[in-house]
Amino acid sequence: MKFAVIVFPGSNCDRDMYYAAKDALGAEAELVWYQDSSLEGYDAILLPGGFSYGDYLRCGAIASTSEIVKSLHREADRGTPILGVCNGFQILLESGLLPGALLRNKGLKFLCHHEHLVVRNNQTLFTSEYEKGQMISIPIAHGEGNYFCDPTTLAQLKANNQIVFTYQNNPNGSVEDIAGIVNEKGNVLGMMPHPERATEAILGSEDGLNLFKSMLVNWRESYVTNA
Amino acid sequence: MIKVNIHITLKEGVLDPQGKAIEGSLNTLGYQGVEDVRVGKLIEMTFSDSEQVTEQVEQMCQKLLANPVIENYSYTIEEGVVQ
Repeated sequence: MKFAVIVFPGSNCDRDMYYAAKDALGAEAELVWYQDSSLEGYDAILLPGGFSYGDYLRCGAIASTSEIVKSLHREADRGTPILGVCNGFQILLESGLLPGALLRNKGLKFLCHHEHLVVRNNQTLFTSEYEKGQMISIPIAHGEGNYFCDPTTLAQLKANNQIVFTYQNNPNGSVEDIAGIVNEKGNVLGMMPHPERATEAILGSEDGLNLFKSMLVNWRESYVTNA
Repeated sequence: MIKVNIHITLKEGVLDPQGKAIEGSLNTLGYQGVEDVRVGKLIEMTFSDSEQVTEQVEQMCQKLLANPVIENYSYTIEEGVVQ
């Protein structure tokens, strides 16, 4: 399985994401510069955290206008798994690949610590290796992670079971304690917490590894089915 | 020269923690009557070409400058401004 890690100017978790896919999971991974507009030949796409374009205008807004985002839309339509973490989540929202927006944390502070997440939906290609309701410890590191959407969108997210992760103790004011959501089709996941920073015991938690394992297991299964 | 001022504000109901913090500071400074502080953005730009400015500004707001999920926008267009 081959992962693409898209690197924007200002990305700073790209190496962590690369490490998680290549070393912790043991899959193939490549760093793809945002000006390379093609995403052909990859089995999954990872959008790392950071501060693309210095968070100018709004977090992820400038990155969402880049050429590679057009390819991202094509891959999303084709069903390619796409994971956006932190700034990657912000880019997915600004690109319209996921609904809603992220606001400044309720307490205004940049938050950087481990949080307990609850796996609300384990029927996705990103979470099949978790138990439903399982509590996992994953680090957060953001200033603008306060998820917001209008009541209609929230009702849709609930009705379609698109809320994948929630915070046990909401740190940032997100509606319904939302930490991560998936698109209706189920192949695009955006989340503020960093699973790639929790893939080995030495990092304080390896609870994030199952997310990458789920992607690998799902890819193997789809590969066998399509062979 | 055409001068365009675009105002971007948070929609009603969207939490503005920055506005809250400013409100708290203003109250501390003794401005006890201040309530509901909201922070927005002002984007200034000029156009050298007067063709379809309104249409272009409208599109820019929708595509990039404002996020319709959380923000409202309005703009003023002044024609014949000499710098």
